[in-house]
Amino acid sequence: MSAKRIFIKGNEAIAHGALDAGCRCYFGYPITPQNDIPEMLSSAMPAAGGEFVQAESEVASANMLLGAAACGVRAMTTSSSPGVSLMQEAISYMAGSDLPGVVVNMNRGGPGLGDIGPSQGDYFQSVKGGGHGDYRTLVLAPGSCQECYDLTFEAFDLAFKYRNPVLILGDAIVGQMKEPVARREALPIDPAEGGNWKLTGRGQRAPRILKSLFLEDGALAGQNLRLRDKYAAMAAEVRFEAFETADADLVVVAYGSIGRIVKSTVRALRAEGLKVGLLRPITLFPFPEAALRDLAGQGKRFLTIEHNLGQMVDDVRLAVRGLADSEFFGFLPGNMPTPEDFDAPVRAAVKGA
Amino acid sequence: MSLYQDVIIAGFGGQGVMLIGNLLAYAGMEHGLNVTYIPVYGPEMRGGTANCTVVVSDDAIGSPIIRNPKSLIIMNRPSLDKFQPQLVDGGVLVVNSSLVDPALADASRVRLVPVACNEIADGLGNTRMANMVALGAFIEATGVLPLSVVEESLSHVIAKHYSHLIPKNAEALRAGANAAKG
Repeated sequence: MSAKRIFIKGNEAIAHGALDAGCRCYFGYPITPQNDIPEMLSSAMPAAGGEFVQAESEVASANMLLGAAACGVRAMTTSSSPGVSLMQEAISYMAGSDLPGVVVNMNRGGPGLGDIGPSQGDYFQSVKGGGHGDYRTLVLAPGSCQECYDLTFEAFDLAFKYRNPVLILGDAIVGQMKEPVARREALPIDPAEGGNWKLTGRGQRAPRILKSLFLEDGALAGQNLRLRDKYAAMAAEVRFEAFETADADLVVVAYGSIGRIVKSTVRALRAEGLKVGLLRPITLFPFPEAALRDLAGQGKRFLTIEHNLGQMVDDVRLAVRGLADSEFFGFLPGNMPTPEDFDAPVRAAVKGA
Repeated sequence: MSLYQDVIIAGFGGQGVMLIGNLLAYAGMEHGLNVTYIPVYGPEMRGGTANCTVVVSDDAIGSPIIRNPKSLIIMNRPSLDKFQPQLVDGGVLVVNSSLVDPALADASRVRLVPVACNEIADGLGNTRMANMVALGAFIEATGVLPLSVVEESLSHVIAKHYSHLIPKNAEALRAGANAAKG
């Protein structure tokens, strides 16, 4: 790790993370609030010897990602909510064809065109598949510019390890804010990566087919079971930050930018002696259900806070079912959240019913 | 006692509030601290005012967005009206008295630092350095960082084709700091 930190936006950190991880194909179509990513990569990607394509639409950029992935290239596309909706078909095909790629969603307000401010309204779309069919993507939720860099850097290894799309789910806050970021040693390009499946031109070897169509009797069941086992194996990648949970009566669960803002609320209430902690999921799929269940088993109570009407709270309740429940507080898009916005709901939840 | 300071910097678009926010945060990083910088990102921007929030701390920073800041740098009247009520009691209020009547500040509640930023910058040869004068005053009033670190950071936030202006901007920072000494 280089000692010198650079001062950059979360969006720029994602672009740096991708380049340093050996990403050499970028496809995208402009949309606020993530335009710093294609802006930077439009010059930095060619300079690194890679390909930058401003596609004619998000549908095209996602299908270009599929094509690059089929060739075993480390590739990425980035967008924000309405654009990511347009990409869902290709992401489903990638999942069905076991193709690795990185998709970034800097979540903005919705539904529809919504606004250009921060939101967590795309949680369900992100962690429950998003497109058609029974599939999952790994979902990484950065809460800082450093995590934007680190998680993007690691997303490519994860994508190739599982041969699966990996989604980075940020928002307009972490994308637009600036923080110091430490970069890592850039990974060398590995020409052998994906060597036993990628399409390289058949030559003398046995033919390879990358497809998501399985028409033979029972074949699709087999494919779905294989995918199920893959998604179950992803549980090994679960990550979260636990802050002051050990002696907490109440554990607040919040992710991404909201997670770090809630952390300030938790700190302030801790200073008053309230026994409150924070669990911030960093992977949203796999979800840190074992950690939550463990806390529930210790008799702790839960409050889920999101920048939406209540989505992740369903997964928290599933994780602690039979042992506990979770209250919910939703801060709505269209407003910028501050730690004070969460003060009253956390206080009320600490006091309990 | 751990080091923590936050500030909302606000003014008209074009007064350079984003630039001094970047400069302050960059200098904090160079000083080995944790920093966050976030520009305002909402409809206010379209109304002609611009603002950003900077947090500097030796601890990990939670929220980059602050409702009740410990300090303010106010470059114009609408910004004073909007943000003064949010400033914590006893907070530092650096006001550009060239454009804002300091009598509008609630000096009984906050620590008022009036600085004639435009006149001082004018005296140095360019009104556009009023932002640097204000930042210098803020650094002096809060003591959050050594002024020298801010001066040394200028070359990292000012575009290369303006690098010939760096010595003058450093002068403006020092002039602001001197003005805040009162």
